[in-house]
Amino acid sequence: MPEARHIVTSYAQELQRLRDLMTQMGGMVESQVMMSAEALAENDSAVATRVVEQDKAVDGLEREAEQLVIRMLALRQPMAADLREIVAAMKITAALERIGDYAKNVAKRSIVLRQFALPFSLTGLMAMSRLVQENLRLVIDAVAENDAEKAVQVWNSDQAIDDLYNSIFRELITYMMEDGRSITPCTHLLFIAKNLERIGDHATNIAETVHYAVTGVALTDERPKGDGSSYAVVRAPGDEP
Amino acid sequence: MDMSQGLSTVGTDTRMQARSEAVLSAPRIAIEGLSFFYGANKALKDIKLDLPDRQVTGMIGPSGCGKSTLLRVINRMYDLYPGQRAEGRVMMDGMNLVAPEMDLNALRSRVGMVFQKPTPFPMSIYDNVAFGVKLHERLSRPEMDERVEWSLTRAALWTEVKDRLNSSATGLSGGQQQRLCIARTIAVRPEVILLDEPTSALDPISTLRIEELIDELKRDFTIAIVTHNMQQAARCADQVAFFYLGELVEVGQAAQMFTAPQQKRTQEYITGRFG
Amino acid sequence: MSATMVQPDTAGRKDAVARALGRRRYAVDRLVKALCWLATAIGLFFLASILLTLVLRGLGGLNLSVLTEVTKPPGSNGGLLNAIVGSLIQTGLGTLIGTPIGLMVGTYLSEYSAGSKLGNVVRFVSDVLLSAPSILIGLFVYQVAVGPFGGYSGWAGCLALAVIVIPIVVRTTEDMLRLVPVSLREAAVALGAPKWKAIVFVCYRAGLDGILTGVLLALARVAGETAPLLFTSLGNLNWSVNLGQPMSSLPVTIYQYAGAAFADWVQLAWVGALLITLGVLAINILARVALQRRS
Repeated sequence: MPEARHIVTSYAQELQRLRDLMTQMGGMVESQVMMSAEALAENDSAVATRVVEQDKAVDGLEREAEQLVIRMLALRQPMAADLREIVAAMKITAALERIGDYAKNVAKRSIVLRQFALPFSLTGLMAMSRLVQENLRLVIDAVAENDAEKAVQVWNSDQAIDDLYNSIFRELITYMMEDGRSITPCTHLLFIAKNLERIGDHATNIAETVHYAVTGVALTDERPKGDGSSYAVVRAPGDEP
Repeated sequence: MDMSQGLSTVGTDTRMQARSEAVLSAPRIAIEGLSFFYGANKALKDIKLDLPDRQVTGMIGPSGCGKSTLLRVINRMYDLYPGQRAEGRVMMDGMNLVAPEMDLNALRSRVGMVFQKPTPFPMSIYDNVAFGVKLHERLSRPEMDERVEWSLTRAALWTEVKDRLNSSATGLSGGQQQRLCIARTIAVRPEVILLDEPTSALDPISTLRIEELIDELKRDFTIAIVTHNMQQAARCADQVAFFYLGELVEVGQAAQMFTAPQQKRTQEYITGRFG
Repeated sequence: MSATMVQPDTAGRKDAVARALGRRRYAVDRLVKALCWLATAIGLFFLASILLTLVLRGLGGLNLSVLTEVTKPPGSNGGLLNAIVGSLIQTGLGTLIGTPIGLMVGTYLSEYSAGSKLGNVVRFVSDVLLSAPSILIGLFVYQVAVGPFGGYSGWAGCLALAVIVIPIVVRTTEDMLRLVPVSLREAAVALGAPKWKAIVFVCYRAGLDGILTGVLLALARVAGETAPLLFTSLGNLNWSVNLGQPMSSLPVTIYQYAGAAFADWVQLAWVGALLITLGVLAINILARVALQRRS
């Protein structure tokens, strides 16, 4: 990012407002994900409710960011790095808003899950959640600091999350096959796991966007993806074709 | 049947493709190691630049960076003023345009220039367009009529003036006068057209008309345009060259220059952080 | 409460000052306007009185014989034909000789000299010549064209008038060509015109109005010049259109007649003055009309 100050102060101020919006949203969404994990682990419905309520504010920020971006495109005719940054801001705030929605969804389902006594532990899910939070924190730092290297790091780390998701997927299906009463909670857990995996994907999208905005070069190689759940088949022992 | 009409619609599609794909063609004029001096002051420092054939090269940069100077070197305008000299090579078809033995009249029949201020000669519209032609060719009256009509049509002015070709050119509006100057320039059928801030004295709509004209003219002519208005360079040019303090800082395809320039100086100028 | 009491006071004072200033400015404005009117009136008065005198004194003697008879001894109903014709010939030829020279010099100064020492010297000399007493020019031409050639002649008269015409045309040509924007010249050159063609076909045409005005100014000026003709063409009381011989002219004839003791000669002098004035007026009007029609 060029260190030189923009000649027109109001333009520089608008750019700064955009960055502040992204930072603010990033912080809020980070806390949303963290709290939703906490709500799940501690069965804390108060925390879960807070997550749901906070989502409104996040949506509001996203709308404001979108308006600001459109106005800046129309009125400022941005070029080069400014243009990339502004367009990136639009994509990033949209992605952050989706992440917030997923976190809200996880929190809502965690409230439902309180009704069930789970025979198994949620360590896998918690581990996945910690990875996701780590990646999210890293990518939000990358956004705030315009750090392309951190972005590449995040981009490479999605594989681990996907691997975890695959194993949780199989595990949950196994539980469901063993005991029919666990189908409801396991389904909710499946959705929770899927939401976390989607959060990880969006974090990676943000990483790609940041990289292009900073360097002007897109990360075009095939993203290391490992979500094989689309192809997973789990069979009960003895249930051979 | 007007063949040019049919060709132009085909041309439009490939032209739109060309701008976004931005493949630069072979150079029509190749500038190598060009330095220019106003007396003892070195205004251009060792410029190397290619002007691709039948495409538009835009030259941008802050005031006094040498872009207009470079343009005026190409058609040897500086010859009018003692104390100004150029060193280096400006190659076109194997000839060095800045060499002293270059025939200036022949050069100017192949390289035309349109200036910032519209400069209609104090004569009729017809005589304005015919002026340059008469300097180089001997045409009969019907041939001259045809050439005048062709030039005014290519310059998108024919329909507006065809009924008053003998009226004075100074009676036209600013935008029309500038289009007349363009018609006058293309009437001699040059290969290269140099435009020195052609729309800076015009209103926005006339400006857009002339930009559209440039888009059409580049089918047949190689064009170099100096502009203070970056958005105009972004709209018109296939290749953009950024000058600063007499040096060529960066040159590249327009889409690349305005989305992801390589040089920090270019970045700062384009985003309005200096200049 | 106290704050609001202070405000209107200062505002009121400012207002009063502004109004006083305004009144003074208005008064000064009216005074200057009145002075301008006065100056104009004075100028117009003198001009009007000259014209009026000319008309009153000259019109009375204006009859056909003035235009048909040559100058004759007093009392024999003479006219001014030879003087009129002589003036026309000498003024016309003088302007015809002087204009191209003045044009070329003016073009040189504007287009080619570009601040060079020679150009500055030429310009200086031309300006000096412009305001030189015309009698000196007459004496010079006497030395050069009358003495060595053995006598007064119409040619010498034309030469003297040409020398007066040249600096006028130089000045106006240079000024007019200077006014032509550089971009016009460059545009012509950029099309491939050699410099002289750019000057002739573009610059001259652009500055034509001014140059023409300059030529007509010169014409009007030399139409009334007396002193140079005194030593060159001398004047001729008989009819002569032979340029090798002394030639009559209106100003010289007026000079000869005006101080005479004969009433009819004095009358003819007035008529001659009126004719010159009318002639110059006609040239000016013609010039204006011709230029109007061109634009």
